[in-house]
Amino acid sequence: MTLFGYRIPPAYSLLIWIALWEVVGRLELAFILPPFSSVVEQLFILLQRPDFHTAALLTLKAFAIGMVIAIIGGITIGFIMGRNRMANSILGMWVNIFASAPLSSLVPVLMLLFGLGQTTIIVTVVLFSIWIIALDTYAGVRHISPSLSEMGHSFGASRWQLLSKVLFWAALPEILAGVRMGLIRAVKGIVIGQLLVSVVALGRLFRTFSDNFQFEEFWALTLILFVFALVFSSLVGWLEHKVEYYAGSRI
Amino acid sequence: MTSATAMSAPSDTQTQSSDNIVEVRNITKFYGSDIHALDSVNLGFPTGQMTTLLGPSGCGKTTLLKIVAGLLEPTSGEVFVKGKQVTGPGPERAFVFQDFALLPWATVLRNVAFGLELTHKPKAEREEKARHYINEVGLSGFEEKYPHELSGGMRQRVGLARALAVNADVLLMDEPFSAVDEQTRRKFQEDLLHLLSVEKKSVIFVTHSIEEAVYVSDQIVLLSPRPGRIHSIIRPEITRTANPDDIRRDKVYLDIVEEIWNNLRKYLD
Repeated sequence: MTLFGYRIPPAYSLLIWIALWEVVGRLELAFILPPFSSVVEQLFILLQRPDFHTAALLTLKAFAIGMVIAIIGGITIGFIMGRNRMANSILGMWVNIFASAPLSSLVPVLMLLFGLGQTTIIVTVVLFSIWIIALDTYAGVRHISPSLSEMGHSFGASRWQLLSKVLFWAALPEILAGVRMGLIRAVKGIVIGQLLVSVVALGRLFRTFSDNFQFEEFWALTLILFVFALVFSSLVGWLEHKVEYYAGSRI
Repeated sequence: MTSATAMSAPSDTQTQSSDNIVEVRNITKFYGSDIHALDSVNLGFPTGQMTTLLGPSGCGKTTLLKIVAGLLEPTSGEVFVKGKQVTGPGPERAFVFQDFALLPWATVLRNVAFGLELTHKPKAEREEKARHYINEVGLSGFEEKYPHELSGGMRQRVGLARALAVNADVLLMDEPFSAVDEQTRRKFQEDLLHLLSVEKKSVIFVTHSIEEAVYVSDQIVLLSPRPGRIHSIIRPEITRTANPDDIRRDKVYLDIVEEIWNNLRKYLD
């Protein structure tokens, strides 16, 4: 970004937006937008509240369980699709549909199926993230040079050895890209899921805050979620960077 | 120098089977229903010698090599290794790949030891063996490097060391130097010949370079294209004790290159 002919680093542009938020907030133009400073103040108070702790823990638990299922399931589906043409023609279409479908509309159905509890939240996380992981894994598997498989075969690798010692690692850069996208979608999924269910965890807090016009608290909670998503995705991004060196040298 | 025609009848090859470490009988290969890659190929590969499969592109030389390796299934015909019929890869054969096929996430040491890792050899044993062969191919000091940190020639040395480390009797080399630049290639050919004289391996070597074939081979099998058949077998009798540069200027060497070129040029259009 450039301003008056000066190049401004991306981090500073964030500061400008925050400043703008502060000014608009102080002008009291809209009651839903309190000044940034009071939101931050509220954030620190919120971080110490026991009801936030329980909500955050419940949310993290659902998130973690959902992600583990999505990662294992997604990689498995991606590998089956990548290694078996028939499986690909059967599964491929559905995975593509689910990866691009507006899944939020399914959450009410999930609530009917799994009730108003953690299970629904976990299933939502899985549904939001598994497809993109499967698609990226598939792309990674298709990318593997055939001579790497031949190499494994010719040196006597068993099916499992070929998978665990050659193919998985060869597809890892794409798998990690998928996991990162999946994580971001899962954060979306968990927020939407909890908002819709809104009787558990953070969703309940969100509901309480917005029903009582506590917009400082509301935005503070939103900020926490944003930071959480950012930290997670940069963590996976860092892992991705670590295997990047061989992504280009596989051909 | 002698030129012989292809031996065809299985009964002939049976009597020779004691000196042939690998034999293929009546190998025919179709890709799909219309691409006829190989047409009843009968061939013996003498123990302890270097046999080159040479021919224009489309003659099925790589297909034949991969069938011997057990990586491809022939449409019909049999492959015998040390007198026993084989239908898949086995520990008595090791493959060197055109594109190296190294694990980019593993060090040179682990790459060279990979064949031994797959057969569950203890770590200390396989690393000791790997270090020995890394040294043999002239890469000592590079054990902890990754493939992307090496030049093309060095990567293929890793591929060669990996094939040597599993201690197979037969090395199958699929255009091993085609992805390597010319200077490196010459040096590599010389080193390979030296190494093979020490290691006593039987080698089946695929190349499209006539000079390379004549320089490295005891026996050259010329294949004709579409469908691949044996055109002729040539045994260049070159004394390899001479200095490499003298060999490349040797009259016999140049004559054989010329003869092969005359045989092959009719397939080019």
